[in-house]
Amino acid sequence: MAKNETKTKSVLMQGNEAIARGALAAGVNFFAGYPITPSTEIAEICSVEMPKMGRKFIQMEDEISSMAAIVGASLAGAKSMTATSGPGFSLMAEGMGYAKMVEAPCVVVNVMRGGPSTGLPTKPSQADIMQARWGTHGDAPSITLYPNSVMESYELAIRAVNLAEKYRTCVTLLSDEVLGHMRERIEIPNLKTIKVVDRVKPTIPPEWYKHYPENPKYPMPLASFGEGYRFHVTGLAHDAKGFPTNKASETAVMMERLRNKIRHNIDDIIQIESFMMEDAKIAIFAAGITSRAAKEAVLMARKKGIRVGMLRPLTIWPFPDEAIKKYLCDKKAIIVPELNEGQLSKAMKRVMGAIWSYELRKSKNIIGLNKNNGELINPEEILKVIKEVK
Amino acid sequence: MSNIPQKQIHKYLRHDKKFPHVWCPGCSNGIVLGATIRAIAELGYEKDEVAMVSGIGCSSRMPVYVDFNTLHSLHGRAIAYATGVKFFKPEMKVVVVTGDGDATAIGGNHFIHAARRNIDITVILINNNIYGMTGGQYSPTTPDGARATTAPYGNIDRTFDICKLAIGAGATFVARTSAYHAQESKLFISKALEHKGFSLVEIVSSCPVIFGRLNKKGSPADMLKDMKDNVITEKKYNELSEDEKADKIPRGIFVEEQVPEFTATYTDLVQSLQKPKDE
Repeated sequence: MAKNETKTKSVLMQGNEAIARGALAAGVNFFAGYPITPSTEIAEICSVEMPKMGRKFIQMEDEISSMAAIVGASLAGAKSMTATSGPGFSLMAEGMGYAKMVEAPCVVVNVMRGGPSTGLPTKPSQADIMQARWGTHGDAPSITLYPNSVMESYELAIRAVNLAEKYRTCVTLLSDEVLGHMRERIEIPNLKTIKVVDRVKPTIPPEWYKHYPENPKYPMPLASFGEGYRFHVTGLAHDAKGFPTNKASETAVMMERLRNKIRHNIDDIIQIESFMMEDAKIAIFAAGITSRAAKEAVLMARKKGIRVGMLRPLTIWPFPDEAIKKYLCDKKAIIVPELNEGQLSKAMKRVMGAIWSYELRKSKNIIGLNKNNGELINPEEILKVIKEVK
Repeated sequence: MSNIPQKQIHKYLRHDKKFPHVWCPGCSNGIVLGATIRAIAELGYEKDEVAMVSGIGCSSRMPVYVDFNTLHSLHGRAIAYATGVKFFKPEMKVVVVTGDGDATAIGGNHFIHAARRNIDITVILINNNIYGMTGGQYSPTTPDGARATTAPYGNIDRTFDICKLAIGAGATFVARTSAYHAQESKLFISKALEHKGFSLVEIVSSCPVIFGRLNKKGSPADMLKDMKDNVITEKKYNELSEDEKADKIPRGIFVEEQVPEFTATYTDLVQSLQKPKDE
């Protein structure tokens, strides 16, 4: 690699802008969205940049149609994305299920704000974590990423687009109001060095083409509308060619494919960060903006000689069960600070409950530290909990 | 009759896979399907360049039977999905097949905004005055007093005039005919497909098995005869007194005008933003 290609560009950037720029770097060429605080900057930046790049930007009449438009565009061959926040994310739920069902690659960004309902539009929250998993009806798969810095917002935006393209699904990229609006210095890589997954076109004759092959290998060749393959797409249960079916056998194959695209590729999809975990007796499990306070709390506790570490999922869904078992099974206590009423800690209890015996459960603890009033959890609050369990 | 032989229609059908179809005996959706295919065949469009998008409902089952790029989407959202297809690939001919409930109840917002935006999508709206697929509930076009399973005492909800709705929203091609007028259906669909901008063809149709039965409308043939008698040309309609108009529905092309089309305007914007090479 030439020397100038590895050179990065140092810029001050806002989290939302980093998501937009990351997505554009990953090749997103279709954006449809609807204004909503605190995600609007993503649409605004796309509206500035995309026409200049010959890419498509449209502001739709609502979030439902934004979601529909990105799936329509995706089926026509676009790398597509939308961005929203809680109320819009709720409206998009049905359309996200459709995208997952018809296996149309696309990315939905949800910059989380306080809920329920209109809630706290200008305050951060992490209360859509379960919605990102179960927001749509039916057993739909979920790939959900959640960065904790502006730099990582850029990187995970690229990763979200790549995962969507590779696994033919709707990927959710979570952020939160603070992450979306704060500014940090980031190093923008040379675009040539960014790894981008581009859709592979099929080369087989159209009559052989199956839009939903029985033995999928990811990434797979994928036809788009208008290229001679003339496939059918439906949200009904469908067979390998995409035609509706009522047969249990064909439905089972379809559901298995949706499930296995995640299950068989867990290692490729999951990303975690472990911080000072080697000798830790107490672990903090935190994601997104809260993990920054958690990291600070770890450093403060270490100064006092308390052996604490932090485990952070960058991939929220699928939940990193194996990493959690590996890193956390021998810890005395697991502290789960989060800006909701215990969504991550419930997921944590499911994993640890399966491996901790009844006896162990008496001596070990999963402690939730929850806040949902629109304020962040600060390092001192986490430190206080650490001291209590020490 | 049409100068397109039956065999040519078969060329556009997925007849070896997806038949028999789901529509009830006597349903007029088949007439509209035939008119649509004849229009496309006569215009000489390649199958590859046509995308047919639908929502949910009886009429929305049409795409699965035709050998185009076909998208059977969510209830009410067909026009929004079609917007994504058309905006990303403006060279494609995008046709939406929808019904009265799909397009004007749950999908009303997308319907009016696509009309306002003047994006080059042709909407073929089959208006059978009822939700057929779910068994006969009243829709925004169920006539005053008509029976539906959710209007057991007669419908008290006021109705939409779908063409007026489209005109109000700024649609640049608006036409109405009925399934009885199969040749006119083909003609209007053909004109709508060739129109550059948002086009609506409302086709008054019949649902003998559900709407007809609930409202004692007689046989499928009787319902077609009703269309012949009651869906009259705009000229004839305008000659009637207000009382006489009550049971009649005007047909014809109500609006046909050239207004800048959305995807073309966007392409112009993109070109205007390209920097000259010497800069």
